Amino acid sequence: MNRLTIIGIVIVVILVIIAIFAPLIATHDVGATNLSLRYLPPSAEYWFGTDSTGRDIFSRVVFGARISLKVGLVVVSVSAVVGTMLGALAGYYGGWIDRVISGYVFNVFLAFPGLLLAIAMVAFLGAGLNKLIFALCIIGWVGYARLIRGQVLKVREYDFVQAARALGASDARILFIHILPNAIQPLIVQASLGMAGAVLSEASLSFLGLGVPPPAPSWGVMIEEARDLSTLQAAPHALIFPGIAIALTVLAFNFLGDGLREYLDPRQRAR
Amino acid sequence: MRSVFKYKVFGALRRFAIFLLVVWTVVSLVTLLIELVPGDPAVSVLGEQATPEQFAQFREKHGLDRPPFFFSFPRNPEGARHLQWHGADNRYTEYWLALFHGDMGRSFRTDRPVSELILERYPATIELAVAALFIAVLIAIPLGVIAGKNRGTWIDNLASVVALIGISLPGFVIGPMLVYVFAVKLGWLAPSGRFDWTDLILPSVTLGAALSAILTRMVRSSVIEELGEDYVRTARAKGLSETQVVYKHVLKNGLIPVVTILGLQLGILLAGAIITEKIFGWPGLGLLLVEDGIGKRDYRVVQGCVLVISITYIVANMLTDTIYRWLDPRIRVS
Repeated sequence: MNRLTIIGIVIVVILVIIAIFAPLIATHDVGATNLSLRYLPPSAEYWFGTDSTGRDIFSRVVFGARISLKVGLVVVSVSAVVGTMLGALAGYYGGWIDRVISGYVFNVFLAFPGLLLAIAMVAFLGAGLNKLIFALCIIGWVGYARLIRGQVLKVREYDFVQAARALGASDARILFIHILPNAIQPLIVQASLGMAGAVLSEASLSFLGLGVPPPAPSWGVMIEEARDLSTLQAAPHALIFPGIAIALTVLAFNFLGDGLREYLDPRQRAR
Repeated sequence: MRSVFKYKVFGALRRFAIFLLVVWTVVSLVTLLIELVPGDPAVSVLGEQATPEQFAQFREKHGLDRPPFFFSFPRNPEGARHLQWHGADNRYTEYWLALFHGDMGRSFRTDRPVSELILERYPATIELAVAALFIAVLIAIPLGVIAGKNRGTWIDNLASVVALIGISLPGFVIGPMLVYVFAVKLGWLAPSGRFDWTDLILPSVTLGAALSAILTRMVRSSVIEELGEDYVRTARAKGLSETQVVYKHVLKNGLIPVVTILGLQLGILLAGAIITEKIFGWPGLGLLLVEDGIGKRDYRVVQGCVLVISITYIVANMLTDTIYRWLDPRIRVS
C-alpha cells in the first residue's frame, strides 16, 4: 500500500471517530447564537473562530461530519445493495430483465448529468435531508448495477459455476454463494469513490439550498452562509474551515478508492 | 467492405435510437416530476391567501386542471383505487405538442414564455462553459505532459497531488475563496455580475479547476502510455529533440482519449455551471434554474431549464463521440 492510501485511511478513521463522538468533541453548542461574539477570529476559546451570528465554527464543522458521513453511508449502501441486486439479476438471467436494465436504464440514466437529476427531483419534492438522500440513491444505483452486471457476466462462465450447476445447485445458491462473492471486489473501490461523490453532492445541494435546511451544520450550508461579501470581509475563516473539511473528506475517500483499486488489481501497480 | 458499411449504418441508427430514447425519457421525467410537488402547485405559487377564483384561474391558465397523464388511479367515493382513462387531452401530450411548436409553456411567475427566458440566458452559460473548458485545457496539457515526461520524480508526484486536490475542492469552495482574494482583498475583479469581459475570469477559473485536474491526470497517463510506443523510438532515433518528440508525436496520439473525457466532462461542467453561476451571480441557465425556478417555485421554468441543460449535454456527448470516431479510425471498424 502506498503512502496516499494510508493517509486516506487515517483521515477516514479520524472522520468516523469525530462523527461518532461529535457531542464529546464539540466545545460549544452548535445552535447557540450570540451577536456580540460574531466574526471572532480563531482563538483558544473558539478554535476556528465564530460566524456571522456568533456560533462556534469548530463545533459546527464537527457536527457537519455527522451529516456528511450519514448521507454518504446511507446513499452508498442503498445504491450498492439495489445496484448489486439488479445488476446481478440482469447479468445472470439476461433476457428481458437485462434488456430493460442494460439496454434502457444504463443508456438513458448515464446519458445525462446525475447531479442535475438530483437537483430537479429535490426542486420538485422540496428541500430536506431525507429527500436529498432519496434523490442521490435514485441516481446512484445505476453505476453499481453496471459494474456488477459486467462482473457477473464474466464470473458466470467460470468452471466452478458450471460445476455447481452440474451438481444441481439452485439459481439463488449459484448467484449468492458462488458468483457474487467473486464479483463484488471492484464494488469496494466504487463504494469508496462513491462516498466522495455523495459527500460532495450533499454539500453541493445544501449549498444550493436544496439539502439540509439552514440552522443544521451541514458544510455546504456553512459555506453558503459564509460567502456573502460582508462575512467574507470580516471572517474569511467561516469559509475556509468548512471548505477544508469538505476537501479533506473527499480527498481521503478518493485516496482510499485509488489505493484499493491498485491493491486489488496488481496490474495497475506497475504503472 | 459491404459488411463494414452495414455495421456503420446499423451503428449510426442504434445511436440515433438511443438518442431519441434519452430525449423521450428526459421530457417525460420533466413533465411528470411536477406531480412530485407536495400539495398543490397553485397553492405553493400563489400562497395560501389567494381566493378560490384566483386558484381556478391559475390552474386553468397553466393547464393544471387537466389530468397529468393518459390515465390515473383516483380513489372513488368508497376509497378504493380504480383505473381512469383520460384520453389525449392531458398535460403530458400538451407539453409534447408545445415542444414541437418551440414553446415550453409560460412561466408561473412572470407569465413570459419559458423558451424566451431560456434563450436570453443560454449564451451566458455557453460562454462560461467554453471559457472554463479553455482554461482547463490550458492548465492541463502542459502540467500533464511535464508530469508524464518526468514520471516517478518529485515533479510528477507534485503534479499528481495538485491534481487530486483540484478534484477534491468543489467549485463552491474555490469560488468564494477566489472572490475573497481577488475581489475583497485585492479589489482587482468584481465579485459578481456579467458586465465586463474581466467578469468572466473568476467564474471560468472556478468552473475549470476541477476539470483541469481530471484532464491533467488523463494527459499524464496518456503521455506515459504513448512514450512506450515504437514510433517514439523511431522519432528519437532519427534525431528529434525530446520536446519535438513529445509535442509533435506523442501529444497528437495521446490527446485522443482526452477528447472523449472532455466530452464526458461537459456534463459535470454544465451541472457545475449551476453552482458557479449562483456563486458569481452569472446570469445563465443555472441562475435561472436556481433563483427564478427553484427559489420562486416557478415549476415551468425548472422544467424548461432541466430539459435544455440535459439536451445540451446529450448533444455534446454525441458530437464528442463522432469526433472521437473521426480521430481514431480503429474504433470505426472494431
